[in-house]
This record gives sequence, C-alpha cells and structure tokens, in this order.
Amino acid sequence: MSTHFNALARTLHWLMAAMILATLFIGAAMVGSLEQRAGLLDIHRPLGVAILLLALVRLANRLRHAPPPLPADLPRWQANAAHASHWLLYALMLAQPLVGWAMVSAGGYPVTVFRGWDLPAILPHDATSYGWLREAHGVLAWLLFATVLLHLAAALFHAWVRRDGVFSSMARGA
Amino acid sequence: MAAAPSRRPPPLLALAGIAAIVATLAVAFAWTSGWLGTSHLTGPQLVDAIEANNPQPYPGYRRAHSKGMCVAGTFRGSGDAASLSTARVFAPQEIAVLGRLSIAGGDPHSPDNVARVRSLAFLMRTDDGQEWRSAMNAFPFFAVRSPQGFYAQVVASRPDPATGKPDPARLAAFVAEYPEVKKFQAWAASAPWPTSWANTQFNSVNAFRLHAADGSEQYVRWFMRPQTPLETLTPEQRQQADADFLASDLRTRLANGPLRWDLVLTLAQAGDPVNDPSQEWPTSRRQVVAGTLEITHAEPQATGACRDVNFDPLVLPRGISPSDDPVLAARSSVYAQSFNRRELEIARGEATEAVGKAAP
Repeated sequence: MSTHFNALARTLHWLMAAMILATLFIGAAMVGSLEQRAGLLDIHRPLGVAILLLALVRLANRLRHAPPPLPADLPRWQANAAHASHWLLYALMLAQPLVGWAMVSAGGYPVTVFRGWDLPAILPHDATSYGWLREAHGVLAWLLFATVLLHLAAALFHAWVRRDGVFSSMARGA
Repeated sequence: MAAAPSRRPPPLLALAGIAAIVATLAVAFAWTSGWLGTSHLTGPQLVDAIEANNPQPYPGYRRAHSKGMCVAGTFRGSGDAASLSTARVFAPQEIAVLGRLSIAGGDPHSPDNVARVRSLAFLMRTDDGQEWRSAMNAFPFFAVRSPQGFYAQVVASRPDPATGKPDPARLAAFVAEYPEVKKFQAWAASAPWPTSWANTQFNSVNAFRLHAADGSEQYVRWFMRPQTPLETLTPEQRQQADADFLASDLRTRLANGPLRWDLVLTLAQAGDPVNDPSQEWPTSRRQVVAGTLEITHAEPQATGACRDVNFDPLVLPRGISPSDDPVLAARSSVYAQSFNRRELEIARGEATEAVGKAAP
C-alpha cells in the first residue's frame, strides 16, 4: 500500500485548497461590496464551477486509489475525526457550488459563468427555493471554511507535533 | 516514515503556531465578511438606511420603488442600433418583454400623487439565451454623484420622530456636501407631472458601453420615450387624484389598446461624463431609436410575473457592458440585497399582502 497520495491527488488537493479559500474570501467580500460586487462575482462563479468539476475528478481518483493509511498509533477518535472531516470536505466541495447554481437558477437570474456564456437553470424560478438556498449558500460557506480550518489545524498538528508522516503524504511524493 | 508515538510534553511553540495560523485566517475571513465593522459603505448598510426611513417593515416588498404593477408586452428592434452593438435585442425582430411600472419610495401603499419619481423596469431574453434587464426612472439625471451621496441623502431625509419631517440642519449639511442635488431639487420642484405612466419618459441615467461587431465601442445612455402624448396634472388635479390613480389609469388605457415607448439611445462624445449619473449630456448628442416597447398587459405585482424578478441593471447581454459608474455598481449591489431580504421573507412565510395572501 502506498505511503503517499498519488500525484493527481496531491496536485488537486493544493490547487483546490487555493481555489476554495479564494472563492470563500471573494464570496465573503462581494456580499457587502457596493462597487466591487459585480467584478468579484465574475471571478466567484467560474471558480465555483471549476471547483465542482475538479471535485468530481478528485472524488473519482479517491475512489480508485485508496489513500495511505493513517498511522496505526493514531487515537481512534482522531482517526474517526479525520475520516469524517475528509468526507465532509468532499460533500461540501460538491454541494456548495451546486447550491450556488441552484440558488441563481431559482432566483430567475441567468447563470452566467463568463460574460455571454451561461449554464442552464437547474431549478425553476421560485421565491421560496431562492430564499432558502441563498441562506444555505451562506451557512455552507461558513461550515466549509470552519472545516477547512479544522483540517489545516490537524494537518499542522501531524506535521509539527506528531511528526508522523501524515502531512508529508500529501505534501510530496513517495 | 512514521515516528514513534510522541511521549514528549506537547511542544507549546508548535501548538501556538497552529493556533496563530488558524486564528489569523478566521479573523481575516470575519473581517472580509464585514463582521468586524467596515471602513466603507456597504450594500447592507444602504438597505438598512432605506428600511429605517419606513414607519414599519413591509415584508416581501422591494425595499425601494415598492409600489408598482407587473406589465408584459413585446419589444421590436428597429435594426438602427445593430451597427452599434452585437446584442441580438437590437436586431429587427420581436422579443417578449416582462416589465414593471412603479413609483419611488419604500412604502407599498404610498399615494401616487406625491411620488415625484416614477419608474419602468424591463427584462428581455433573446433567442440566443442572452438577457437584458434595465430599471429606469423619470428623473433626467441622478440626484447625487456617488453611492455615498445617496446614503447621505437617505439619512438626511429621515423623518425626525419629533416633527415627522427631516431635520433641516441635517438636510442643509447634505446639500452642502453634495451640491449637485440642488439641480435635482429644481427639477423636482418644476418638472410637470404627467397624468399617466403611459406618457412618462423613463431614463437610464447610468452610462453603458455598446460593442459593435467591428470591435468599436460607444458609450450610451438610453431612455424610453412615450408615444402617448404628454398631458400634465394641474396642482388641483394632482391634489384630488386617487391614491392609486396610476394603476387605474393604466388598466383603462390598456383596455383600449397597447401603450408604446421608443427606446432611444443617446450617444456620448469624447469628454461626456460616463461615470457620473448626476450630470446630463448635452441635448445635441446624436440619438438612435433602437426599437419600440409595446405594453399590452398589466397585473398586480403580488401575483404577477415581475414579483420575483430582480431588475438588476448589470444583467446585460453580449454587446452591452457596464460603465464604471459607481452608482450603477451600487444599484446592482443594493437590488441584490433587497431581493435576498424579500425572497427570504417570502420563503419564511412572513410576507402576506406582498404575495397576495390575507394577513393572519
């Protein structure tokens, strides 16, 4: 069994880490911005679509290639937390862009990814769906951000405190 | 590879480093979200200020221009603007239009005869899937040059709880800071009051850029010029007019046939202000009639197709793009904020009258 994530997994992990953090910060900034909202939205939407597509590639790779096992001496609760948070991250990487897409659809807006290039609506135009999906998109953003922070803290704990090779299994090849 | 399980005491420096990194990111995110206060005006603050000028909340209604009607009809491009922009909407063809006629103000029951500003919004979708939304007003120029000025105006016009009228000192301070508003006040005091939405002209006071097939660009503003002849209300007629005279007038007129406006583009010349909606362009600028809007139907907004539409002026088709007018950007941001609030109120079941239901 491999001791490191494969090259595709590592590339996607670090690329998506940057993209997800950028999308979260852009999203947080644009909601209140009077003058930059449209410009930020022009970046937020294509990033969201790219994250959704890459998350699908990543999920397929993850299902075909088992990740390196966690250290045998890792306390049971930590191993469970690691597995749960990884699947939560996958779920959020897929759900958050889909909720955004569904929300824009339900709001009756064109689902513009790049200027002049729209995706089809995936939900009918409806006030109630829009109202709840808009709320959900905000709540999921905070949940995703919190999960990313937890993941980062755990990764650094492996790197600096336990020094058990878990961090390097994602940081570099075997 | 894996080290032996650590029996050392926890390395405090490493733990402190992890805590510092996580805390920094968390604080940065909270700051970006505006949770730690903001140094600049935000969309939510502007909508809060508008809401604060109302005597009570009006759940489910638009925060501004709350009173209005949904309308529907068609737009026929003349073809004359097709050389200026590749947008399909300018081709000589017929397109379905969804629109809304309204009056300014946050109160959905405000009487029509005191609403100085009326407005018309439209949404057109062409066969290439592109969409154009616009929201225009009866004033020929915006009252102030910036969103900050608009916020100052909203705050300065807030009724003083003691007198029921805006505080004169605060109003004077606002006028001193944004002197361009005097021009607007003069317009409001002297412009005639058309008898109908049908004979009111509606202006896009913000500039936009048109993109032609050959790559050339042209800054424009547009307006809807009524084909219905102008008739105006005398002061007595206006005083005696019914609170909902605009809606009843619209229904009467539509029963007799469609209402039409020409969509006219005004072409900027070099040096014309394209990022300041408070400044008019010279009347000598070339104008192009891009087509004709024909309204054939009207319905109450509570159950009408326009209710759940955000007439975001930055929803533009290929061939039209925004100018860098900060008021245009702010309108888009504020409309989105208003839309999010009212759609959530509808989702939560808090809106009754706004969606045509009896109050509980």
